[in-house]
Amino acid sequence: MGAQVVTITSGKGGVGKTTAVANLAVALAADGAKVVCIDGDIGLRNLDVVMGLENRIVYDLVDVIEGRCRLRQAMIRDKRMPELFLIPAAQTRDKSAVSPSDMVRLCNELRGEVDWVLIDSPAGIERGFKNSIAAADRVLVITNPEVSAVRDADRVIGILEAEEKGTPALILNRLNPSMVRQHDMLSADDVLDLLAIKLIGVVPEDESVIVGTNRGNPVALDPKSRAGQAFRNIARRMKGEEVPFLDLDAGGGLWARISKLGRK
Amino acid sequence: MLKWFSRKRSAESAKERLQFVLIHDRTDLTPAELEALKDDLLAVISRYVEIEADAVQIDVERDGRSQRLVADIPLRSKARHRGG
Repeated sequence: MGAQVVTITSGKGGVGKTTAVANLAVALAADGAKVVCIDGDIGLRNLDVVMGLENRIVYDLVDVIEGRCRLRQAMIRDKRMPELFLIPAAQTRDKSAVSPSDMVRLCNELRGEVDWVLIDSPAGIERGFKNSIAAADRVLVITNPEVSAVRDADRVIGILEAEEKGTPALILNRLNPSMVRQHDMLSADDVLDLLAIKLIGVVPEDESVIVGTNRGNPVALDPKSRAGQAFRNIARRMKGEEVPFLDLDAGGGLWARISKLGRK
Repeated sequence: MLKWFSRKRSAESAKERLQFVLIHDRTDLTPAELEALKDDLLAVISRYVEIEADAVQIDVERDGRSQRLVADIPLRSKARHRGG
């Protein structure tokens, strides 16, 4: 059986795509899987710093596609886990260097080698986004509980459906439970009602994400981090495990209702 | 405390505003186009029957990820002229 190719996308920038890819990759690899993540954001490389691998880069995605190196040579091995690899984005300004069929070919080559291919999509709905979803077996849309991010997520979900990529699952990132309690932030229920897709995880707003990113250590490796726990749970759900949703709101029945929604 | 009751909580505004924009984003219809569509629809129907213009309701409703145009157009009842 080949790898599953999973793309994380959002429409809007800055909602946590790269953080999610780094954390899901680390969580899957920590569980013994062989994982490659691909930074699909040509010209705006970032997954390398978030994973703490920026000083190991020799070759990049465009080098592989243009035949300047073999696939193996562009796969940077993680410094913590021997079964985790990163293919970094090129820093060229020419975004047309990669085409959707290049991505399909590259991922097909990887399918026989690893268990998971995670693709970090750029923001927007242009070429880079199209490249990122071309080879995906499954797409996860990530958003924040705020109007602009939810609107853009809806747009992207519509495009994915039109391109017959199936209905994606939703990661709701940076939820602040106390603001939800005060009715000053959209709740997970609200966002699910608006977007009408299945939830795969809710990640609470958590300072440890920034601290981890500062150091190049994804929080999924930190057993004490709430966000890290949420990412580990999403990784398990990606594998098909039934994992109850975190009780982010200790006071209310909201989360019990969401767990029910997620189990459907 | 008074302020708490008098002000709509911001999450509610966010949700209502999103419901509005998502309908127009998904259907690719601007609010103005939707109004024009309603006017045209009523004009066509009025060519055949008299309608209760004040009670007409035409709206785009959400049903999961799909939209439907729902129209409730009451017709004016007419005392039939009976011959004989």
